[in-house]
Amino acid sequence: MTNKIAFVATEMLPEQAAPVNTKGAIAWMQSNLFSTPRDTILTVVFLAVVAGILYYLVPWLVLNSVFFADSIRECREIDTGACFAVVTSRFNQLIFGFYPSQHYWRPILTFLMMFVAFAPLLHDNLPRKMLWFTAAFPLLAYWFLWGGAIWGPLLIVAALVGTYFVYKTAAASLSPILSLIASVVFLIFWLLFIQSWLSAGLTNTIGFIGLEPVESAKFGGFLITFVIGVSGIAGSLPIGIVLALGRGSDMPTVKMICVGFIEFIRGVPLITLLFVASTLLNYFLPPGTTFDLILRVIIMVTLFASAYMAEVIRGGLAALPRGQYEAADALGLNYWQATRLIVLPQALKISIPGIVSTFIGLFKDSVLVSIIGILDPIGIMQPIRSSSEWNGIIWELPIFIGLVFFVFCFAMSRYSMYFERKLDTGHRN
Amino acid sequence: MTVAADFADEAEPFRISQLIYDKRYRSYTIQVVTMMLFMLAVAWLVNNVIENFEALGKTFSIDFLWQPASYDINQKLIEYSSRSPHWKAAVVGILNTLVLAFLGCIFATIVGVAVGVARLSKNWLVSRLMTIYIEGFRNVPVLLWILLVSSAFSALLPAPRQAAPLLGGGFVPTNRGFYFPAPVFESGSGILAIIFVASIIGAWFFGRWADARQKATGEILPVFWIRLGILLVPTFLMYFLLGMPVGLDIPELKGFNYQGGLFVRNSFMALWLALSLYTGAFIAENVRAGIQAISHGQTEASSSLGLPPSRTMNLVVLPQALRIIIPPLISQYLNLTKNSSLAIAVGYMDVTGTLGGITLNQTGREMECLLLLMAFYLTVSLLISGVMNVYNNSVALKER
Repeated sequence: MTNKIAFVATEMLPEQAAPVNTKGAIAWMQSNLFSTPRDTILTVVFLAVVAGILYYLVPWLVLNSVFFADSIRECREIDTGACFAVVTSRFNQLIFGFYPSQHYWRPILTFLMMFVAFAPLLHDNLPRKMLWFTAAFPLLAYWFLWGGAIWGPLLIVAALVGTYFVYKTAAASLSPILSLIASVVFLIFWLLFIQSWLSAGLTNTIGFIGLEPVESAKFGGFLITFVIGVSGIAGSLPIGIVLALGRGSDMPTVKMICVGFIEFIRGVPLITLLFVASTLLNYFLPPGTTFDLILRVIIMVTLFASAYMAEVIRGGLAALPRGQYEAADALGLNYWQATRLIVLPQALKISIPGIVSTFIGLFKDSVLVSIIGILDPIGIMQPIRSSSEWNGIIWELPIFIGLVFFVFCFAMSRYSMYFERKLDTGHRN
Repeated sequence: MTVAADFADEAEPFRISQLIYDKRYRSYTIQVVTMMLFMLAVAWLVNNVIENFEALGKTFSIDFLWQPASYDINQKLIEYSSRSPHWKAAVVGILNTLVLAFLGCIFATIVGVAVGVARLSKNWLVSRLMTIYIEGFRNVPVLLWILLVSSAFSALLPAPRQAAPLLGGGFVPTNRGFYFPAPVFESGSGILAIIFVASIIGAWFFGRWADARQKATGEILPVFWIRLGILLVPTFLMYFLLGMPVGLDIPELKGFNYQGGLFVRNSFMALWLALSLYTGAFIAENVRAGIQAISHGQTEASSSLGLPPSRTMNLVVLPQALRIIIPPLISQYLNLTKNSSLAIAVGYMDVTGTLGGITLNQTGREMECLLLLMAFYLTVSLLISGVMNVYNNSVALKER
């Protein structure tokens, strides 16, 4: 009945185009660039500044830049702009340092394996079996980069498997704590006494199977940045978790040790710790022990990052509602079960932004090793600048190095934002 | 209740295994074991140090601090020459670090607040440019920025002879450093200083009085302008009455160099600029996050109470946002102070450069120098974080 009544429109009217001042480029500019007189002034001033910078930068950086030449004189003859030829001609040095060129495939392969190793941690739809590769990656990377006989890494795998079996057999008859102690004793005994003996024996009987060793002094460029950064990242997360749990512990001595460590490390600049690594660390070890500077630096950087990591994770633990801890207690879970199943998964999720920014900070801070004489990209910049071919180069190398850092750090921060959104369950306390 | 009491009263014979399996005793066991392991580790490290020192014929003492340093420091705030002892070199370095950190924190705060607010601007161009600045600085190592700014100064600025003085000749940027006009204090400037301090105190008391009056009567005075008047008018009057006792020493070109004025080396300027711009980018993010964290309801509530936008900002948004902004801001100050140790890369003699650099290399006392250096940074950090904790407790939300 009602729809027959003539004064009610039964048909949709055709849509009209939006008025010019609410849609389209002009409207957008009006609301985003020129909405008030003050806005207009700001826009004009900033446009002028940007135009001025681009006016000087674009010809130098893009239009007149030279990418292939053998020396700075040749560069200047070809064109007036930036001489990125220094980057292309010294590219291998900037990336690999003095790593022997016939072995470049090893770091490259390790770099690619790194992505495969990280993949199952970053994407949960990949097969879980890939985590085995992630677990093996540190040993593989060490073997590929430093070379040497395969026996060392294989024996460490054997040691870990052996430790697991010792634990299993002991746990059948003894209490868990005693079997844990037994397996740890086994591992330490193996690493201290059996490892080198067996490895020498295997080399003598079967022979040298492996890669040609490369000493750490040959490492340099971005290779060293990645070695320090990635080992620091991998090491600082577990140590940081332990420190954060220790700091939150209700046992005074444990808490005191953790707080002391964290506050000490956070209170001093990284550069002083690197000085310790380069000059003092040998004093703290039994007389006669010397080990590699890069290894010492990695240890220091890892300890440094783990103190910051501990604080980030402590923030996550503190942000977790009290009810979660109480619920875990009510279910009858013991401390480790509650921590592993209830507390840490949520606390780590809360602290992802902080964890990633600690990673980024660690990655950036790895350039400080140039001050103690390690030839990372910044450390290698000086020799290149003072070489006779490239004497007079100022901007091109820092621009290239900065760009590489920017790409990796920016990618990490964007990925963490994506990851955060993906894990967000929408619960707000 | 009775059940629990019975259970506690029951005199259970103590067994050794309870140390591991009984929750009441386990924590003692763990603590004793950790403490023992910790002590063992410390003892092992100390023992190694002693053995190593003996093997090298070294001793542990800080007597070297009183020996002549025999090196020069080109930028110093106190009297120092190469005949001064090492401790004085360390003090010069400490003062240099503190000056750099202090000026850096001030400039970083100014940059950070301005950029953080500008990033929230409705103007698309402004907010985009600020994002570029923030991401650009946050994702590149600060050491690279320091080196870049330092080489920019030495490559782009003119030599003193070709330099073009700016701001009426008072400010001269050159490739050796920056010349600023230096204030010259003549007799009578002491009186001026006393009057200025007195007017600061007066302005503060006026602010309190105006506040109390507003709370009592609801009348709002133009506090800002009156305060400005109290601050400036008496000082200016006295300045002219006393015959202008504070003058300016303007740098002048003499021969190859400028003479007079205040000379600041490029190494300091580069560090100061790079550190503040780098830290400013982080502070900007903190400021933005702090402002965005204040829910829109707060602004709307304040508008519906009839407060104008400026008062909404001052009385409602800022006090709440500051509670969120200040703790990370102070940890950024700490980071800047610690990053100032990168001065060693451009040759500015801060405490890392004197005590941890030349003194260490000359005396060969790595252990003592580095321990003292760490103790200094640790003291500064703990002081700053102590102040931060006091502040945090004073502004923390008083819940229930």
